[in-house]
Amino acid sequence: MFRPRVIPVLLLHEGHLVKSVGFKGYRYIGDPLNAVRIFNELEADELIFLDIDAARNRSVIAPDLVRSIGEEASMPFAVGGGISQLTQIAQLLSNGAERVIIGSAAAIRPAFIEEASSEFGSSTITVCIDVKKDFFGRERVWVQNGRTATGRNPVEFAELMEASGAGEIILQSIKRDGSMNGYDYDLIKKVASAVSIPVVALGGAGNMEHLKHAFANAYANAVAAGSMFVYCDTNRGVLINYPSKDEIRFEISA
Amino acid sequence: MTIGVIDYGMGNIFSIVKKLQQFFVDTVVITRPAEMRMADKLVLPGVGHFGKAVAHLKTMGIYDDINDAALVKKKPVLGICLGMQLMAERGEEGNAEGFGWFSGTNVRFRVSNAARYKVPQIGWNQLSRCRDSRILAHVGDADEFYFLHAYHLDAAVHGHVICTTRYDYEFPSGIERDNIAGVQFHPEKSHRAGEKVLKNFIDF
Repeated sequence: MFRPRVIPVLLLHEGHLVKSVGFKGYRYIGDPLNAVRIFNELEADELIFLDIDAARNRSVIAPDLVRSIGEEASMPFAVGGGISQLTQIAQLLSNGAERVIIGSAAAIRPAFIEEASSEFGSSTITVCIDVKKDFFGRERVWVQNGRTATGRNPVEFAELMEASGAGEIILQSIKRDGSMNGYDYDLIKKVASAVSIPVVALGGAGNMEHLKHAFANAYANAVAAGSMFVYCDTNRGVLINYPSKDEIRFEISA
Repeated sequence: MTIGVIDYGMGNIFSIVKKLQQFFVDTVVITRPAEMRMADKLVLPGVGHFGKAVAHLKTMGIYDDINDAALVKKKPVLGICLGMQLMAERGEEGNAEGFGWFSGTNVRFRVSNAARYKVPQIGWNQLSRCRDSRILAHVGDADEFYFLHAYHLDAAVHGHVICTTRYDYEFPSGIERDNIAGVQFHPEKSHRAGEKVLKNFIDF
């Protein structure tokens, strides 16, 4: 049976792993390669690495680090952070990344996704959409690690990204980041229903029920989480963990 | 024994080379016709556009050499993902001819429930075995493999299909015939289950 992916999201800040709450308050978690080794042992479905400073600093996730991850990882992994040029994508893919994740550059210049997908194939291009409400309470797409508003509506933007050739969308709720009190199911369902490409839910997962609900009721094609897989409980003691296959064998019903 | 991994610009080959090296196998990355004879076995990987893949192999001048290695020299060949699809007669994407070692055409997923079954299929899935196979030796029903594809083989004749996988409906996910085998999933990204498949190919 098809089983949706359950994906740990690991945030990189100056070469080490951190975890945020609401895109702020970074806490040191550990060494990225050590985390990869643990997730290998736990047979995690896939890993996502995001360099949270890159887009703002006009840099890109370090290709050397990606290569080291590629040498260790026995599962697929995707990387993102500051990617805005085709040459950067070529280098990251050849260093072992399965897919690249494009955030800010996609919202600022959507044609970049068209160029990237026609060069590297849709299945290697993932767009990350960070969503937060604006002053008027409207859900909008934000870029540069949640600091800059774009004015774009997330559903319309997701449709545009699909039309531009994106192979997958990561939909992240900024407000729920690190909260561990559940995904924004309404937002996920709205976006997942609007596009025919996979939508990965991110932001707010704290337990297995959250993952299951996002998949079963909000039509997420895969579920991703940060805090849940790096903290041992809601008291946030650092412990890298991952559920057993039996716990995540969510099946598609009807 | 040296396994040649064909690098024809369709997706990264880093993971497959790395994985083979973990089993202490000599590997050679093949980018030119002259390198073909260094390999005792061939891996044809690939993710992406069927028509472009065929064009790349022809431009590189190794299309005929691969055919010769598989059919005349009878070197073991393992196709992975797009590499498996290229072994069939045709690809709908780019409407191009494949090697034709297996009957069938590669078609885009035609899902009936588009809200639940997104295309591409990205995720973990299992195999329903149709018949005995060397490439799938020791692979069990519970083993899960990583899939990433929008197209799949549609085989009118299932004689060489060794397993199927269900994503809305059943499609052929593995083929094998004499010295040639192909799998739709990525063994190099499928943890221990995938390692079984790669070990089987090393022993092929």
